[in-house]
Amino acid sequence: MNRVIKKTVSNLCAHKISRKFFCSEIVKVATSPDLVPPNEHEKKPTISQIIPEYDIAIVGGGMVGMSLACFLASMPLTKQLSVAIIDSNPALGSGLSIKKEDPPDPRVSTVTPASISFLKDAGAWKYVEQNRHAYFKKMQVWDYTGFGYARYDAKDVNKDFLGCVAENKVLHSALLSCVKDSDFKTTFYPSRLTSMTLNTNSISTVEENMPPKEPSSAQGHTSKLQLSDGSSIYAKLVVGADGGKSRVRELAGFKTTGWNYSQNAIICTVEHTSDNHCAWQRFLPNGPIALLPMGDKFSNIVWTMSPTESNDRKSITEEMFLKDVNSALDYGYGPHPTSSSLGTGDMFSWLKMDATLSANEFFEIPPKAIRLASERMVFPLSLRHANSYASKRVVLIGDAAHTIHPLAGQGVNLGFGDAFSLSRVIAEGIALGSDIGEVNLLRKYEAERKPANITMMAILDGFQKAYSIDFGPFNFLRAAAFNGANYISPLKRSIISYASGENKLPIFF
Amino acid sequence: MKLFNHLRNLNSITTHHHRILRNRFHPLFNNIKFFSDSSSLPQQQTTTQAKQQPLHSSLNRNELAKFASIAETWWDSEGPFKPLHVMNPTRLAFIRSALCRHFKKDPYSAKPLEGLKIADVGCGGGILSEPLARMGATVTGIDAVEKNINIARLHAELDPTTSTIEFCCTTAEKLVEEGRQFDAVMALEVIEHVAEPAEFCKSLSALTVPDGATVISTINRSMRAYATAIVAAEYILRWLPMGTHEWSKFLTPEELVLILQRAGINVEEMAGFAYNPVTGRWSLSDDISVNFIAMGTKTNKTE
Repeated sequence: MNRVIKKTVSNLCAHKISRKFFCSEIVKVATSPDLVPPNEHEKKPTISQIIPEYDIAIVGGGMVGMSLACFLASMPLTKQLSVAIIDSNPALGSGLSIKKEDPPDPRVSTVTPASISFLKDAGAWKYVEQNRHAYFKKMQVWDYTGFGYARYDAKDVNKDFLGCVAENKVLHSALLSCVKDSDFKTTFYPSRLTSMTLNTNSISTVEENMPPKEPSSAQGHTSKLQLSDGSSIYAKLVVGADGGKSRVRELAGFKTTGWNYSQNAIICTVEHTSDNHCAWQRFLPNGPIALLPMGDKFSNIVWTMSPTESNDRKSITEEMFLKDVNSALDYGYGPHPTSSSLGTGDMFSWLKMDATLSANEFFEIPPKAIRLASERMVFPLSLRHANSYASKRVVLIGDAAHTIHPLAGQGVNLGFGDAFSLSRVIAEGIALGSDIGEVNLLRKYEAERKPANITMMAILDGFQKAYSIDFGPFNFLRAAAFNGANYISPLKRSIISYASGENKLPIFF
Repeated sequence: MKLFNHLRNLNSITTHHHRILRNRFHPLFNNIKFFSDSSSLPQQQTTTQAKQQPLHSSLNRNELAKFASIAETWWDSEGPFKPLHVMNPTRLAFIRSALCRHFKKDPYSAKPLEGLKIADVGCGGGILSEPLARMGATVTGIDAVEKNINIARLHAELDPTTSTIEFCCTTAEKLVEEGRQFDAVMALEVIEHVAEPAEFCKSLSALTVPDGATVISTINRSMRAYATAIVAAEYILRWLPMGTHEWSKFLTPEELVLILQRAGINVEEMAGFAYNPVTGRWSLSDDISVNFIAMGTKTNKTE
């Protein structure tokens, strides 16, 4: 009978009716003697409070948390699991609606082809395509010294596109719609996680005179989560998808390594006179500026700079800001690279037999921004990595496990990769009848993702440090690197494959 | 030949060795390691106790006490039973695919063994019984060590899905006497400790319904198995106490097939377990030269 009551409660929660109201109602029903006979051998106590139990509790219903729910919903072995999603955003329960006329949001993400294929398999990508998004086929990277540039084209690796840029809210709502449209059981809890206790059992101390029907031992296979609105839930596995300042990570006691970059990023949306189809990134003395196509003549700017500059640039007028942006992308700080600078084109001509299409392209000036289409937002940048991703009944995915520099647009893609890998590991665990909170199972996920994540972070950190030094010979080395990346075709193909997410580790050649 | 006698003698003086060994363990492990077969050691002892009396009685008490003392660590996946926990998913993978094929169940279902009655002979702490129950089966776990059964019961009660497992402190022979029958009978890492494998197989066969499945896993009696399962596992890596396994009691796959056939079971599938020391993981392979697992079906003919 208790199980029926439990199901009713969770169904009602899904319809966002206040739990406490129903809890007290049901308590009255349950304590009536004919429903709960005192001699019945029941694991759950004759109730003072019914705490619902879920297979998985995803703390954090952002892009990565929802992508995990989506992947679990799409696999036959896992779609019968019951999932609770804990996120203080109340809109999740009702669904996020996006109108076409909405101004472009400055928070965007670049989705790599690998992530796109995960989302396509899960059936979520079609929702993204219904809203504003932009595939891009070309990319140009250069720096302020004017010594070199590199152009990448999707045709170099025989693909249709290098990636797709979409607003975070578009991605988020696509994943939410995908989960809601499937018959996957999810219950949204619009509050915050306050505490988490692992129900451990000490078998050795429990002998023949064990106190009968102790509730904690019945829940020995779960963690108890307490939420800020006073409710509690039990879950066999707690997934921390709650971002860089993860509460789950803090409660579970995972240590992190990392440092703050003394840089902030300004993001905003700008408009052009015509559509932009290429991704542009220019490395300036204080940090790179990136211009990413968003669709509908809009582009997103991610400009990394020192904290003082970022505060300045946030407060100046729109016109002055636009001037700064155009100058940063164009003639400011240094000359344009010429198309065959330093005669390096000839140096690599022996490799031209396998030349990539883009090696022959000339340097292009990025399109001018004519209007600022959104507010300017500033974020501090840091690198942080959790020393381990899994422990008993707890696992971290996405930014909770790792935060990186935005300079290669990889952040959320690592998160999608984590969610995909974890969903596969959970499916394997279910297939073999394991307890999904078992730490050995979760370690398999960690062993798969940690090397890939750490490698990416190390490479990006290297780039970030390499580009923060303005020193003659070093600049020349960087230029040589640019030209190498541009003209040495196998290297270029490796770079594109790695950045597209096709290879997890950049094993060149 | 000398080595075999040496090993046999070791069995009787194992207790002394354990005290010496305690200081010389492999740095990675800090306690005695046991495979699941160790729990079956006393089972063999108790079944033979009726035949061989006082010679083994002191050993039995010591062995049982040893297992009883570490029984709490059954479910500590970092503890002495760690190698077994690591090997478990691989055994389950074989069992799942073999049983799904035999009973024509949907391999993509989350509970493919629903509706099947399974017996786990020599279940120890229930490491195999619990996943089988989660896969939907109705499981009965039996073991001769009372403490193991207690631990198994307590641990299984923590999860509603596994709390339905029936654990009994008994032997296969006694179950046969009670007339119990099961759709599938598992005896993993047991037969190498039994005094009379042929009789044991007859008991397993009697417990299986006609056209049911019997799954047995053990170690091959090959030179390679001697080198890895005894020399490496017992003497060098110290995964098992010395004398846990007697090489002469291992069965080759051909012998196992033969005694199963005589017991009325036709072996249909067989696989080996390979250990990769670099990744520390086991995987299913065609290599049956060390650990192997076999699934057979009971023929319909009556005894």
